[in-house]
Amino acid sequence: MEQVSTNNNNQSEGLAQGEDEIPLKLKLKRAERMRKYRAMALIAPLFLFILGVFAIPIAIMMWRAIDNPEVVDNLPQTAIELSNWDGESTPTTALTTAFASDLVKAYEDKTASTVAKRLNYDVSGMRSLVTRTARKFNSTQPAMATMDDFIKADKRWADLRYWQALKRASSSLTPFYVLNAFDMKINDEGQITSVPEGQAIYTNIFWRTMWIAGVVTVGSLLIGFPIAYLLANTSSKVSNLLMFCVLLPFWTSLLVRTSAWVVLLQKNGVVNSTLINLGLINEPMTLLFARPGVYIAFLHLLVPFVVLPLYSVMTSISPAYMRAAESLGAHPAIAFVRVYLPQTLPGIGAGGILAFILAIGYYITPALIGGPQDQMLSYFIANHANSTLNWGLASALGMVLLVTTMILFSIYNRLTGASGVKMG
Amino acid sequence: MTVTVNDPLVRFVDVQKTYDGEHLVVKKLNLDIQRGEFLTLLGPSGSGKSTCLMMLAGFETPTHGDILLNGQAINNVPPHKRDIGVVFQNYALFPHMSVAENVAFPLTVRKINKTDAKKQAIRALEMVQLGSFADRRPGQLSGGQQQRVALARSLVFEPQLVLMDEPLGALDKKLREQMQIEIKHIHENLGVTMVFVTHDQDEALTMSDRVAVFNDGIIQQIEPPAELYERPANSFVANFIGETNTLCGEVLRAEGRECAVKLPNGAEITAQNVIAGQSGARTSVSIRPERVQLSEERPTATNVFEATVIETIYHGNHVRVSLDVAGQKDFRAMIRSGNIHADLNPGHKIFVGFSENDCRALDPISA
Repeated sequence: MEQVSTNNNNQSEGLAQGEDEIPLKLKLKRAERMRKYRAMALIAPLFLFILGVFAIPIAIMMWRAIDNPEVVDNLPQTAIELSNWDGESTPTTALTTAFASDLVKAYEDKTASTVAKRLNYDVSGMRSLVTRTARKFNSTQPAMATMDDFIKADKRWADLRYWQALKRASSSLTPFYVLNAFDMKINDEGQITSVPEGQAIYTNIFWRTMWIAGVVTVGSLLIGFPIAYLLANTSSKVSNLLMFCVLLPFWTSLLVRTSAWVVLLQKNGVVNSTLINLGLINEPMTLLFARPGVYIAFLHLLVPFVVLPLYSVMTSISPAYMRAAESLGAHPAIAFVRVYLPQTLPGIGAGGILAFILAIGYYITPALIGGPQDQMLSYFIANHANSTLNWGLASALGMVLLVTTMILFSIYNRLTGASGVKMG
Repeated sequence: MTVTVNDPLVRFVDVQKTYDGEHLVVKKLNLDIQRGEFLTLLGPSGSGKSTCLMMLAGFETPTHGDILLNGQAINNVPPHKRDIGVVFQNYALFPHMSVAENVAFPLTVRKINKTDAKKQAIRALEMVQLGSFADRRPGQLSGGQQQRVALARSLVFEPQLVLMDEPLGALDKKLREQMQIEIKHIHENLGVTMVFVTHDQDEALTMSDRVAVFNDGIIQQIEPPAELYERPANSFVANFIGETNTLCGEVLRAEGRECAVKLPNGAEITAQNVIAGQSGARTSVSIRPERVQLSEERPTATNVFEATVIETIYHGNHVRVSLDVAGQKDFRAMIRSGNIHADLNPGHKIFVGFSENDCRALDPISA
């Protein structure tokens, strides 16, 4: 690209000598136009594909983290009346009447359960409260409902916090899920506070995710660096064979590899029995459904991702640098630390960031090999997306991962410049 | 064993080197390098010259024989303990360090404190006229400047010996000539021993005190430049150093230091018998093109032939003439522009003459 632009500059300088009336910039633009269109046409299929199946779905999922349609869509009258309510006084008859009629309508449309489920996220027990009330009002069909009618239907309605929860859920956008992902909530007074100790889980899991990803990143760098060094500094015959071994895991499906580890890491599995037979341990170690197994399987997955960028950086480092350093009086170890290592930093950065980003997002490995204490954010995202169907929270947790990744990447980019990431 | 100033700094004793166990890259090297001299190892690629340099620097170990530095065998001394500065072909400046840090590197690894190291580095940079570039990165310098930095870096720790492995190969012609003179001056000023490897004969001739011509893993000849040019010891050296005409033939008579050689077309030529051998032996006679006279009249020189001009090329200060001499079509003569006394148009018949002192009968080359 640089080459091309330099040529263009030269051309335009040359043309500047001539007495043309069309500005040079314009002429250059015209001359380049066809090429630009061709480049765009070549990019277009991939761009549209990514936009359609990647960017837009992600944007939609992110939107779900703050989208809050349940109450607004299904209890429209109530939502309007709730916005007029101050949240502290006894709910007015206008509000209770609107709520009652909306509930009846929602019950007939079979959407009451959706509302109930949404409200239950905020205050547990509210699912039964709402569905029960809706059923009762459906049978009595009151033309006008007062606070007393609600208390008669279920005496919990006397407690204002259910109404407050209803009010909190009645805006079309909500910070509820995002706050939830950080173990925070809006309390009955409308302030942002931490959730009680017993309910706080996601911050813990976030830091657990970071810790596991950090450990395996450092581990795979420690394992990958010598391999990459050997690959870059050996005869092509040996390096081809080694490279084949490094790439071998890529040829097997992730699920198969992980399942294989399940077999190998069992109490009576190959790893344990080998170690016992070698006399290194007496009792079989708990590897499966525990942290060590997660680390082992992760390292196996991530080492190739570290080796490849490191290898590509190392092959570009001329052996003359080490020789020069040694001839200048540096002990080989000092030469390595002061001359070789700094030049591999772009590779260490690229490999490390790649491994870390992959690790914080991996789902299958901890899900199959880890115990309950080893589950990472992705497990909870999957759980909320597939089992509890709390898509808002799943999206908010996903957003946490995405933002973390982006922050890490921008830090890395700032440190190494955009040219830092090179693959292959 | 005491070392005196007159002892050579470096001795190669029967050194052999092979990489594959079959083919010797360096065959049997005996070479003394004197203190303070500028020695050039000259030869075509694959002749073993760089291998010799790398063995001296410590990056390769001799398969056989010893390398002595100050009388001590250094075969098992690692490179960082040899105290030999090396300038590499592509300079090998550390890209992540500034120019000053690069030059200070040999000092800092010797545990000299940072301020002193920096001061010395700046002084070394000033020696190569780059004092103001100290804070730049090597990548921001031109090839010639990088070359100077590499030179400063290899000199800053005052090594007893500096090795240069084709250091000027990547520079353009003009810059290369300028650097040749500059390196020569630095050598004269510092009195450091330098061993220079190149495949460029001009470079070797202009810079060196002595030149060792390598071919096939063997030193063909080691002499001061003028000696090498004027009195090549064999056909390889004659052809490799400068330009030469080769006339192949057979020795008719060998008398003392002279011999008569019979060319394939029957003509006879009188030449210095360098290594031609006795009568009947095949030989090739080497004549430098600038020693050839051309004239319309038969000249008085010992060896005179009739010749036909094939082509004449004007080079400004001299003219190159291709001739057909004694059946050989690529015989070249080089005449100073003001010294032309013959019609040099193609097809013209003239006489060529040359002294028997300028003809050297050497080993036969298979033509």
